[in-house]
Amino acid sequence: MEQPIPTAPAAAPPQPADRPPLLEARNVSKYFGAVVALEDVSLSVRAGQVNCLLGDNGAGKSTLIKILSGVHEPDVGTLAVDGQSVRFGAPRDALNAGIATVYQDLSVMPLMSISRNFFLGNEPTVGFGPFRRFDSSTAGSVAREQMHQIGIDVRDTEQLVGTLSGGERQTLAIARAEYFGARVLILDEPTSALGVKESAIVLRHAISARNRGLGVIFITHNVQHALPIGDSFTILTRGRSGGTFRRGELDAAQLHRLMGGGEELEELQTDLEILARREAAGLDPVVGLQFGSEGHH
Amino acid sequence: MATTQPAAGGESGPAPGSDRLRQISLTQRVLAKPAAGALIITVFVWIVFAILSLSAGSAVFLSVDGTFSYLDVAAQVGIVATAVALLMIGGEFDLSIGSLVGFAGIIIGIGVTELGLPIWLSIILAVILTTGLGAINGLIVVRTGLPSFIVTLATLFIIRGLTVVMTALITNITFIPIDRAAVAADPIAGFFNWSAGPVKVSIFWWVLIALIGAYILGRTRFGNWIAGVGGSASAARNLGVPVARVKISLFALTAFSAAILATVQSMTFFSSDVLRGRGLELDAITTAVIGGSLLTGGYGSVIGAAIGALALGMARIGIVFANINSDWYFIAIGTLLLVAVVLNNWIRRRFAGLR
Repeated sequence: MEQPIPTAPAAAPPQPADRPPLLEARNVSKYFGAVVALEDVSLSVRAGQVNCLLGDNGAGKSTLIKILSGVHEPDVGTLAVDGQSVRFGAPRDALNAGIATVYQDLSVMPLMSISRNFFLGNEPTVGFGPFRRFDSSTAGSVAREQMHQIGIDVRDTEQLVGTLSGGERQTLAIARAEYFGARVLILDEPTSALGVKESAIVLRHAISARNRGLGVIFITHNVQHALPIGDSFTILTRGRSGGTFRRGELDAAQLHRLMGGGEELEELQTDLEILARREAAGLDPVVGLQFGSEGHH
Repeated sequence: MATTQPAAGGESGPAPGSDRLRQISLTQRVLAKPAAGALIITVFVWIVFAILSLSAGSAVFLSVDGTFSYLDVAAQVGIVATAVALLMIGGEFDLSIGSLVGFAGIIIGIGVTELGLPIWLSIILAVILTTGLGAINGLIVVRTGLPSFIVTLATLFIIRGLTVVMTALITNITFIPIDRAAVAADPIAGFFNWSAGPVKVSIFWWVLIALIGAYILGRTRFGNWIAGVGGSASAARNLGVPVARVKISLFALTAFSAAILATVQSMTFFSSDVLRGRGLELDAITTAVIGGSLLTGGYGSVIGAAIGALALGMARIGIVFANINSDWYFIAIGTLLLVAVVLNNWIRRRFAGLR
């Protein structure tokens, strides 16, 4: 009898390598007065892939995603969607091209309800002319349904977002971005303000979006969060590209080094070792006497 | 790999977090509305002045005539309170609203007496010009990115000064009487000065504008944009909300309501005066804040502001009916404002469950 063949993990839809990336930044530079925010940086993301954009604070990550999401225009270089060169004059243009950005501030209003936040800027309406009004029942049921699909059960979508936890707000922002036809999801430091458990939930959202065929750009300075979910890693240091690497090509230490934090971390490591040796040297006899630790031969 | 990845949130069960939600009662739901505090305050004000009035040996505060007299006073502020609340929810102030009332009234006066226009045309002219000034307020705020507090403080001086200078140049006086017979014969003046006994048309304007405002805020997409823009202009912009358009519209709307109030006043008093509307900006902000709107924007209630206007009217007339020196009015209003803010804050924390 034929054994059922185990299926591959909820696979990303296969995308032939010759298909152009969903979104691509080609050699973009951005200057703010005398400050070089970005210099000749390229980045691309394909459907069903997570590209982690890694960099220390001030490396230019925020500037790059603001270019990708239409907040800034690059001074040099171009953007391309599906291989076609495009120009984003406003965030609306990027949204219309299917590029949704979940900013660090999440763009949620704590004093507005869940459903009103969900549809802010894209309100469903019923009726005509002066009687065209916000369709709050549709908004409520869609928001509840979408939040449920992504793993959070909201009973009352009239609840103010200010009553939600940080992870729940992230979930709302991600669910909203996906619902409005995002093909590329840009997550800006989504785990930076979250606890361990909530970070795990957000990482899972990123994987699940990838598995549904979205391209995900995941911005972080946390290598531990990037490594388990990234298909590729683009490094940014001081506004310049530190290269793009595929999964498995680099380990955490190498990524750290490339981000520019490597030396500092190694120095810290050395300092700690010296400290530990000194301490050991000072305390060894006492410890040895009292507890008979491995200290004595 | 033989294992399949768990779907997002799949392992946390069908209703994660449901153990963290409490059932909430109807009372709590009502109190979670931003207008709840204003309602409580206003009932309290009514009780206080009913008692004061009765203990002064007069039941006039409770009579029909007494009620309509404070309703009329409330309506004067109430007509502009809706737009001021919407503007505040949208994250902005308009300190120039009082000077806009003076300006609109003078335009009507000059139109009728100096330009020889019919009253209805003068009214339309005043509404258009005043609304335009409001839009300019908004345009300056949006373009410069300066706080609207500063911008409209400047335009308050400019518009008031301009009104005085213009009126003095054209008429040599700062008070323009309007012919009663012409008002009586005008086809639209009646919408602004109609009355039947103690019932004044201003009360209908107040209620009508509040209802339209509440509909806009609660039931339209523009209303959602107002709250979003006030909550965070940059976030709203990122979500595709036309922030500048929303803010400019709100300033124009505020000026429009100032023009309506000016029309009601000039048609009722058969005159216009450059000083009309003085102090209105603070009254209007007071009613909006009593009504539960946050100075920081993003949260508030039109109905709350309309009720806040009622509290103000009750206090102003109640003091007279209770035979108390009217100098006490400002003390009463200040206390009222402070109590209302504390109460609104407490309610918001306690019942809206904010973190």
